[in-house]
Amino acid sequence: MNLTLRIWRQAGPDAPGALTRYQVSGISPEMSFLEMLDTLNEELILAGDQPIAFDHDCREGICGACGMVINGQAHGPERTTTCQLHMRHFRDGDTIDVEPWRAAAFPVVKDLVVDRSAFDRIIGSGGYITAPTGSAPEAHATPVPKEAADLAFEHAECIGCGACVAACPNGSAMLFTAAKVVHLNVLPQGAPERSSRVRSMVATMDDEGFGGCTNTGECATACPKGIPLSGISMLNREFLRGAGR
Amino acid sequence: MAVSGVVMLLYLVFHMLGNLKVFFGPGDLNGYAAWLRTVGEPFLRYGWFLWIARCALTAAVVVHGVAAYQLSRRDLRARPQKYAHQRQRATYATRTMRWGGVILALFIVWHILDLTTLTVNPHAEPGHPYQNIVASFSTWYGGGIYCVAMLALGLHVRHGFWSAAQTLGANNPRRDRTLKVCANALALVLTVGFLSVPVGVMIGVVR
Ligand code: HEM
Ligand code: SF4
Ligand code: FES
Repeated sequence: MNLTLRIWRQAGPDAPGALTRYQVSGISPEMSFLEMLDTLNEELILAGDQPIAFDHDCREGICGACGMVINGQAHGPERTTTCQLHMRHFRDGDTIDVEPWRAAAFPVVKDLVVDRSAFDRIIGSGGYITAPTGSAPEAHATPVPKEAADLAFEHAECIGCGACVAACPNGSAMLFTAAKVVHLNVLPQGAPERSSRVRSMVATMDDEGFGGCTNTGECATACPKGIPLSGISMLNREFLRGAGR
Repeated sequence: MAVSGVVMLLYLVFHMLGNLKVFFGPGDLNGYAAWLRTVGEPFLRYGWFLWIARCALTAAVVVHGVAAYQLSRRDLRARPQKYAHQRQRATYATRTMRWGGVILALFIVWHILDLTTLTVNPHAEPGHPYQNIVASFSTWYGGGIYCVAMLALGLHVRHGFWSAAQTLGANNPRRDRTLKVCANALALVLTVGFLSVPVGVMIGVVR
C-alpha cells in the first residue's frame, strides 16, 4: 500500500505545530497503524530527520498509551486502540490525518504525545480503596452480588486511554471518571469511601479543566473498551447521593 | 439545566393539552382561558395562579439560559484547539442543542408578543384567544414561525429529556433504551400536538 499521511508535528509544548505531509510506501495490510508509523520513522531517521513522537507500550490493546486521532476519530475507524488497528481498514492511495488528543487538560508534549497526568490526578484523588495490603484475603470473606460484580467489571475495563476526552466535543472526562467511580462504588470493598470518592474525583476532574458533559455520547462511541454511556448517569447518581454526606 | 428543563417540559405538556381545546371551538378555548384566571379562587385572587405560573416559568427559562451559557463557555475552553480533520458528530438533535435553544428563546419572545401581550397580533382582542390564534396562524409568517419553532422544540426535547434523565442519575445500562424511546415519544407527541393547531388553521379545520 502507498499512503499519504498528514501528521501533526510540534517540537515542544510551547512550539507552534502544523500538519506535515509524508509519503509511505510498501505498507502491508497486516501491519498495525503503529507499525506503519515505525516504518515511516525508520525512513525519517535514515534521512537524518526527527522521528515522529507517539506514545505506545503494550501494543496489545491493554495499556491505553497509544492515543492519537486518525481522520478525526479517536483511535481511527475501528473501535479499538491504535496498536490494534490494522492497515487493512485503509485503502491504497488514502490520505490519512493524524493528530494528538485535543483537550486543554491534555497539553501536547511533542508531536502526537500528550500529557495525560490529569487522569492520574483524578485517580489519585479517590480511584482506589483504602485497605491493608499483604496476602490476598479469603475469597468468601466479602460476598459480592453477581449483578454488582458484573457492573463493576464492565466499568473496570477502562484503560485510561483518554479517547473519551479526545472524542467529546466538550473535552469532558465524565466517562473516564464514571468508569472508575462506578467500578469501585458498586462493590462492598468500595462502599466505605463511596461518598468522599465521588466528591473528590469530580472536584479534581473539574479543577483539571475538562469540559462539562452534555450527554453527546461521543465518548462511549469512541471508547475501545465499551464503557457504557449510562455509566455517566450512575456517576451523577453517586454524586447527588454523596453531595449531602 | 436538567431541573429547569424538566420544569419547562411539565409546563409544555399541560400547555399542549390546553391548546387542543381549539378544536372544540371558540367557546371551549375561550372558556378554558378564562378559567385559568380563576383557578385557585377563593384561596388565590383572580389571575394570581397565572402570574405564579408565569414567574416560575420565567425563572426556569432564565436559569436554563444562564446555565447553558456557562456550560457552553466551559466546554469551548476545554477544547482550545480544534481538530483539523472535522467529522460529523452525534445525532442532529444533539448537535443542535445550542442553536436550537437560541431559536426557542427567540420564539418565546415572539410568542408572548403575539398571543399574550397581543402587540404583533393582527386581531389583538384581549379575552378572545381563539380569534387571536386564528388571526395569527392565518398569516404566512405567524404560522411559519410557529411551525419552525415546534420542529426545533421536538429536536431539543428529543435530546433534552434523555439528557436530563442522565444528568439526574435516573439512567443505567438496563434502562437506557426505554428512556430513549420515552424521549422520542415525548418529543413526537409534543411536536405533533403543538403543530396540529397552526396546521388546523391553515387547512381550515379551525377558523
Ligand atoms: C431559553 C431557550 C433555551 C436555550 C438557550 C436552551 C439551551 C440548552 C442547552 C445549551 C442545553 C444543554 C446542551 C446539551 O445538553 O446538549 C439544553 C438542555 C436541555 N434543554 Fe434547553 N434551551 C432552551 C429552551 C428549552 C425549553 C423550552 C425546554 C423545555 C422543553 C428545554 C429543555 C431542556 C432539557 C430537558 C435539557 C437537558 C438538560 C440536561 O442535559 O441536563 N430547553 N438546553
Ligand atoms: S472510558 Fe474508555 S475511552 Fe475513556 S479512558 Fe477509559 S477506556 Fe479510554
Ligand atoms: S500500546 Fe498499549 S493499548 Fe495500544
